[in-house]
Amino acid sequence: EVDLEERLRELDLRSDLDIPDVPPPTDSTPEILKRALSGLSARWKNWWIRGILSLAMISGFFLIIYMGSFMLMLLVLSIQVKCYHEIITIGYRVYHSYDLPWFRSLSWYFLLCVNYFFYGETVADYFATFVQRREQLQFLIRYHRFISFALYLTGFCMFVLSLVKKHYRLQFYMFAWTHVTLLITVTQSHLVIQNLFEGMIWFLVPISSVICNDITAYIFGFFFGRTPLIKLSPKKTWEGFIGGFFSTVVFGFIFSYFLAQHQYFVCPVEYNSETNRFVTECEPSELFQMKKYSVPPLLRAVLGWETVNMYPFQMHSFALSTFASLIGPFGGFFASGFKRAFKIKDFADTIPGHGGIMDRFDCQYLMATFVHVYITSFIRGPNPSKLLKQLLILQPEQQLSVYKTLKSHLVEKGILQPSLRG
Amino acid sequence: LQESESENKLDGETASDSESKSEFGGSSPVPTSDDTPEVLNRALSNLSSRWKNWWVRGILTLAMITFFFIIIYLGPMVLMTIVMCVQIKCFHEIITIGYNVYHSYDLPWFRTLSWYFLLCVNYFFYGETVTDYFFTLVQREEPLRILSKYHRFISFALYLTGFCMFVLSLVKKHYRLQFYMFGWTHVTLLIVVTQSHLIIHNLFEGMIWFIVPISCVICNDIMAYMFGFFFGRTAWGKLSPKKTWEGFIGGFFSTVLFGLLLSYVMSGYRCFTCPVEFNNDTNSFTVDCEPSELFQLQEYNIPVVLQSVVGWKTVRMYPFQIHSIALSTFASLIGPFGGFFASGFKRAFKIKDFANTIPGHGGIMDRFDCQYLMATFVNVYIASFIRGPNPSKLIQQFLTLRPDQQLHIFNTLKAHLVDRGVLGSLEDA
Repeated sequence: EVDLEERLRELDLRSDLDIPDVPPPTDSTPEILKRALSGLSARWKNWWIRGILSLAMISGFFLIIYMGSFMLMLLVLSIQVKCYHEIITIGYRVYHSYDLPWFRSLSWYFLLCVNYFFYGETVADYFATFVQRREQLQFLIRYHRFISFALYLTGFCMFVLSLVKKHYRLQFYMFAWTHVTLLITVTQSHLVIQNLFEGMIWFLVPISSVICNDITAYIFGFFFGRTPLIKLSPKKTWEGFIGGFFSTVVFGFIFSYFLAQHQYFVCPVEYNSETNRFVTECEPSELFQMKKYSVPPLLRAVLGWETVNMYPFQMHSFALSTFASLIGPFGGFFASGFKRAFKIKDFADTIPGHGGIMDRFDCQYLMATFVHVYITSFIRGPNPSKLLKQLLILQPEQQLSVYKTLKSHLVEKGILQPSLRG
Repeated sequence: LQESESENKLDGETASDSESKSEFGGSSPVPTSDDTPEVLNRALSNLSSRWKNWWVRGILTLAMITFFFIIIYLGPMVLMTIVMCVQIKCFHEIITIGYNVYHSYDLPWFRTLSWYFLLCVNYFFYGETVTDYFFTLVQREEPLRILSKYHRFISFALYLTGFCMFVLSLVKKHYRLQFYMFGWTHVTLLIVVTQSHLIIHNLFEGMIWFIVPISCVICNDIMAYMFGFFFGRTAWGKLSPKKTWEGFIGGFFSTVLFGLLLSYVMSGYRCFTCPVEFNNDTNSFTVDCEPSELFQLQEYNIPVVLQSVVGWKTVRMYPFQIHSIALSTFASLIGPFGGFFASGFKRAFKIKDFANTIPGHGGIMDRFDCQYLMATFVNVYIASFIRGPNPSKLIQQFLTLRPDQQLHIFNTLKAHLVDRGVLGSLEDA
């Protein structure tokens, strides 16, 4: 009963024949739009739908920013869950594995575990005062890693126990697919939230730069596009790429200038235990205080100014915009390659005219990690609240010796006035 | 040529793949290539092939265990190097399987990219750990200091370069293969490299935290096998028909006992119980310290239940031995799941062994599959129950904060200490 033919075909994954062609996506455009645009030709109709949805998304974005940090966190979480769902669904379709025993539950379980781990590590730091008051939460925080690991292990053992003779390979593929998806979506979304807590400007400027680059590269490509950029995406052109780069840098400059003036965007997000809300109020750091910069001689002739008043943050925005324009697109190419590899046109049909949530966020992949690494390397050191949390769980003797070391250091630097008492 | 190769492999494997025949009753499986050293081959040429296999396995097992003792004797530096080599070999084995499965050995760039990613991830991890342990050395040398200050940024830039190279290397006909290999590489890195770095962390905590877990897993492997051989009757699961409940339970109790005895012997020696430190003056590793509470003999009352069995009222034990029970339990109960995972993997991809590195045993991965989860468990266990964060590391991080943040933390710490009564409110130590 050894079906050699079948086994050979199974092993020979070089042929793309076994991937079914995806049926054309269902049209999820709302009825009202369809009626309004029924007069136009199909091409313009598509344009209008894309345009209207783009405006709708941008407005929705502004609305949520207005509503505050907590809503933003929820939004990031929902997007993360939706992206995860989209990628996992593609995996099911590719491997015809929708009916694998247990696998749907296991995928969601792993998502829950990894989120629990990350939220416990990051968010708990910010809520330190809230947590200190409640005993049960203290226990969860103290043994957080152990509990997360135990939860993960349970999922792992369930996976091993669920292995079924005929479906080993499929199950391993889905296991790996789940883990890679978790690595991409969950880690990125948590880095986004950590950037958010640093100050909303660190959340808004990178995301806006990527969106701006998307749109302006498209516009420049549409009007001036001639030389193709890369075989992977034939619609991308060098003209679009370069035009998008310069526009994004300028946009970043201007946008940062406006945002840097408001405390709401510039201050680290803190949780106020008395009012039980997030507050963004502080003395703006050096980065957000106007400084005079001398214009380099090259630009002096062009601009006609000798000095210019800028926020130091705008220099950083230059780095962020550059990354968004130069490396961001590689995330897009990666997603394009992925879609071609698995013969899908869009990740899903969630947004009419645009595809799935992943289609909108593919360029953002690397941006969040870059911003996080940038902040920790160049802007500030480690997270103070995390440091405090770790100090508080040391043994009393260790705490005392650390206290003495810190005190002598602070006195030495003149930050703390030496006094006879406390 | 590749087609016929895979055909032969399938044929050969179909015959020996059925695990329902026990290794003792049925014909011994034919290894795909016999790399047993000539010496052994000649010495054992008289015996039947079944016993020859036994002897080869036995001799290699002893050889590996002896080798293990030798490198322990040679010290932490050699151990670290060995861990690194094992990691690279495991990575190589798993990636090669991927190539074989997907016939993708000739994919453009891919071999280079896999090794490049391995290098990047290792650079990142070694940079994080080395900086902590070699702090003073790093601060002294200017280039090292800059490398360590911007370590994350540099690692990220290196990884990004690899990512962009991957995107640029995508070729029209091979998209799917390339994405598979990309995914395969990353999952392998996740398994192999993170585990090996956690092992090194455990090693720095004290060699006993390295030796006892690994030995427990090995002991469990061997004991479960022997109990299964002599008393095995009830099959455990469909995944590995050779495993039996008798082997499982027998292995569990023997491993716990072994763990207790091994810990007792090791806790007496400073070279095993002290954290490994780097001495700046001698530029070498030292293991010298005042043994912590864990490694000082204490009197324990024996629970009444055991008193009648054992006949003693109290017993002198090291607290570490209690922890060793937790470690042995994990090794016996959850460790095998790592082995089942590897079995499932081998069946899924229709391979008998990961590679042919060790005669009679298979590849390095075959020996280390049960160790997968052990290293993570020990690391999490230490971080949760034994020690908290490293105080000197915290001081380092503190020094990089802004003055206002430093002041805030200092005041909070002070209030906390006063609250606990550790610091008198009027005292200004």
